[in-house]
Amino acid sequence: MRNFMKLVLGMVATCLALALAPAHAEFSPTKPIDFVIMAGKGGGADKMARLMQAIVEQHELANRPLVPVNKSGGSGAEALVALNSATDPDHTIMVTLNSFFTTPLRQPGLEVDIMQFAPVGRMAEDTFVLWVNVEEGINSFEEFLAEAKARGSGWVMGGTGSAQEDQIITDFLNDTYELEIKYIPYKGGGAVAKDLAGNQIDSSVNNPSEALGFYEAGTVIPLVAFTDERLPMFPDVPTLAETGVDFAYYMQRAVVGAPGMSDDAQAYYTGLFESVYNSAEWQEYKSDKSLLGDFLPGDALRDYWGVQRDRHETILRASGAIN
Amino acid sequence: MEVLQLLLDGVWAALQPVNLGLAFLGVVIGLLVGAMPGLGSVNGVAILLPFTFVIQQLTGTVSSPMIFLAAIYYGAMYGGAISSITLGIPGASTAVATTFDGRPLALQGNADRALVIAAVASFIGGTIANLLFTGAAPLLATVALRFGNPEVFALMLLAFATFVGLGGDDIPKTIVSICFGLVMSSVGFDIISGAPRLLLFDSTEWFSRGIQFLVLAIGVYGIGEMLWTINSTSNDIKMASAKINLRRVFRALLWMRKCWKGTLIGSFLGFFVGILPAAGATPGALMAYGVTKMVSSRRRHFGSGEVDGIAAPESANNSASTGAMLPMMTLGIPGSPTTAVLLAGMVIWGLTPGPLLFTDSPDFVWPLIGSFYVSNVIAVLVNLACIPLFIRVLRMPFTILAALIFVLSVVGTYAAYQNMYDVWLMMFFGIGAFLLRILDYPLAPAVLAIVLGPIAEPTLRQSLLLSDGSWMIFIERPIAGPITICAIVLMLLPLLGLIRRKFRAMRD
Amino acid sequence: MRVAEFVAALAIALFSVYLMWKSGEGPSWDPNATRFANIGINVNNEGPGSGFWPFWLSLAMLVSSVVIMVNAALRRTPQSRSEERYLDARGKRMFVLVGGGLLLFLALIETVGFYGAMPVFLFAYIRYLGRHPWWLALLIALVVPIFCFFFFDIAMRIVLPKRLLEPLFIPLYEIFL
Repeated sequence: MRNFMKLVLGMVATCLALALAPAHAEFSPTKPIDFVIMAGKGGGADKMARLMQAIVEQHELANRPLVPVNKSGGSGAEALVALNSATDPDHTIMVTLNSFFTTPLRQPGLEVDIMQFAPVGRMAEDTFVLWVNVEEGINSFEEFLAEAKARGSGWVMGGTGSAQEDQIITDFLNDTYELEIKYIPYKGGGAVAKDLAGNQIDSSVNNPSEALGFYEAGTVIPLVAFTDERLPMFPDVPTLAETGVDFAYYMQRAVVGAPGMSDDAQAYYTGLFESVYNSAEWQEYKSDKSLLGDFLPGDALRDYWGVQRDRHETILRASGAIN
Repeated sequence: MEVLQLLLDGVWAALQPVNLGLAFLGVVIGLLVGAMPGLGSVNGVAILLPFTFVIQQLTGTVSSPMIFLAAIYYGAMYGGAISSITLGIPGASTAVATTFDGRPLALQGNADRALVIAAVASFIGGTIANLLFTGAAPLLATVALRFGNPEVFALMLLAFATFVGLGGDDIPKTIVSICFGLVMSSVGFDIISGAPRLLLFDSTEWFSRGIQFLVLAIGVYGIGEMLWTINSTSNDIKMASAKINLRRVFRALLWMRKCWKGTLIGSFLGFFVGILPAAGATPGALMAYGVTKMVSSRRRHFGSGEVDGIAAPESANNSASTGAMLPMMTLGIPGSPTTAVLLAGMVIWGLTPGPLLFTDSPDFVWPLIGSFYVSNVIAVLVNLACIPLFIRVLRMPFTILAALIFVLSVVGTYAAYQNMYDVWLMMFFGIGAFLLRILDYPLAPAVLAIVLGPIAEPTLRQSLLLSDGSWMIFIERPIAGPITICAIVLMLLPLLGLIRRKFRAMRD
Repeated sequence: MRVAEFVAALAIALFSVYLMWKSGEGPSWDPNATRFANIGINVNNEGPGSGFWPFWLSLAMLVSSVVIMVNAALRRTPQSRSEERYLDARGKRMFVLVGGGLLLFLALIETVGFYGAMPVFLFAYIRYLGRHPWWLALLIALVVPIFCFFFFDIAMRIVLPKRLLEPLFIPLYEIFL
């Protein structure tokens, strides 16, 4: 028994020494990495996270596995709180979307300051496109405006979540063009796309990846893109800017580290995800799903957050979602 | 006939040694994962997703990795029944209804019968679903599209209606149980207004994530029922001897004659609920159980080891899981968490699931459909062959089995949601369930309610949002109307019976 | 049994009232929200509010539990007529031992992690409650956690928390991952 205790103590001592000693050496993970996903299984963010994990495993980019953990509760609140209170920030990273900006604004009780999170890298920016069902017989944004105006609050827009991306765009359309579109929140973009294809709702502002299948089958058509330049996938679809209103809106797809992550660890993960970004698989996925945006590492990403947070605060305040 | 030719080619492709091997491996992994409490097909599929890239590179086709994942999905549907029957803890959410009758039957020493019926009913359910899938996939996809929010809510109403009789005779206690489940399902976060709500005891950490279904189910069945069994029997009971040999398996097969009704109801109902993107296999299995009980002449025996009560949910969950593949492939919409991960896989392999998948990628679709048939056969054979092994579990002394069940409940809950709060909550639910169980509170309705609640509430509110608050939307729409009326009539039936009895008593 | 029936229903009734109170709470970012403004069926022309579903269902729960209390008082149900004790002496002992043991098990997980707590719980349960030979208890107490480690941590990539014992596992990750 005494020998056993000695052995255990010996092991503990060695491990502690191992864990503490290389404080200056280059960081490399010593245990499985918690890969928190700020959304439920099967959503756009989840698909992307699993693709990243697959690329890491396939090319053996990391010496410890990424362990995906879905924390979709409270529109991302659960994930934010989990990262904020992570016991081992050097082994905890997260895939985020725009609820990274909106959720802390909407729920100040969480006491989350996103600027404290470690910026690892922005992998892409997802785009938004306005879709209608083919049966509506609408072929241009102007026709859409006329029809939506004529129907008033009888025109129904479906979207993901409340006071999030899709509703922000809907509110913008309502304010700018004096429409009264009724917004119905759904749990996920897939359900929205399906209800648009089934003519249960009149329009949606799905990401291209969500509506692509129905677009190719000819059930839904894109009218306008909320981007700065025309999307290569839909060369005939104008941007909103071309119609004379300067508005573009993107969804960030970024990887962040838990607050308190060491600089070495942050540099390690930035390098890791830069390799993922540069892989052929990721580039192919990006162009297939009409994603934009370059890789944005470290401080550049933090600056981007600052701009985005202020923008969302202005938008939410204007729409009355916060005060 | 063209379909038949395509299907035969598909089956042939699925029978190629590589694909056959992958299907076998997948089924075995699925059985294991499905049998482990807390883990379901979704875990198996999600974990092995990265591995499928290797398969894709080695075989050079996109159908082989999908065949592998689909086999896991299949295997897990079979596996779920195993722990529901032998341990009394639902192995996966889809197998909850299997515990209602499977567990009592096992306690009576007939675990072999329960397991055989579960396996064979699963096989039949899977086969019927495969036939429906092959014959009518594109047509059924358009049916699924017709189901908007009001239709789905009407369907949920129908599900509740079939379960009115699930509780005991004590109506107030049944209502408490249902309402408890429904309220608990709304804890956490309101999708429609985007606001956190019902953060009990003002604890964001505990409740902002909501109360997950398995937390309640494992608490009730893994902890509550176990405590109750220990309390109501002496601690050192041995379970009625569970013997197994070929003759007993064969005799158990004969019991299938007694449950053709449940099997057929489960197979068809499960499939149709499964193809609706909002629902998935769990509500399908629960509804099949409710409907079978409702139409059965042996209604009173349900809940105490009725074979129909095992056949219905088991055939339904297999059939529904095949059904759930339909919206995934033809609409690109996942009907369950597992199909969501499968969908992610298809996207990563470079396919575009959607209405054009069948015409654009026949070399993917048909081998996959062929593999459904093949995997189904492999799964039932592996399962039947392993039954003696599962029975062995029941021969363990009860005090050891109980300790293992407690540990598995705790580990399983953690594994399902990866959060210690859920484990504590599971334990509190379990102890509470035990205390109420002594007073004969029916607990199955609460478990049912926490499954259906998260589907029913948003669809109800989205519908009313659409109709400016008018409830007529559930009656006026061509599909929702008949379903709603059916549900209301079903709900009123017991009430009418009650009035008639009272009336008769007054006359006498 | 009758007292227990009454007390349980009372507890449920109180809990329902608490749930109704909680349902009426407004969103956290809106300090001006009035309580119970969100339980209507058509709030601000936007359909039912966030408190609609839980509030009315909790009310149904409250009503039902009051009915149960009345039934208990009037001895209308089998439970309220039963003269049996709610938990007899053996049952109480069992409840304290097993229920308490389970809570201790969870508390132990929070300090020394799953792999520290599992052997302790299994050994204690099988040896002291089950009165099985100590070697059998020890065997199971060691085999189950080892199986769990390989099944969950290694095969399924579900990393169970180790808490204080984390450093012990780093060499194992080195070997198996």
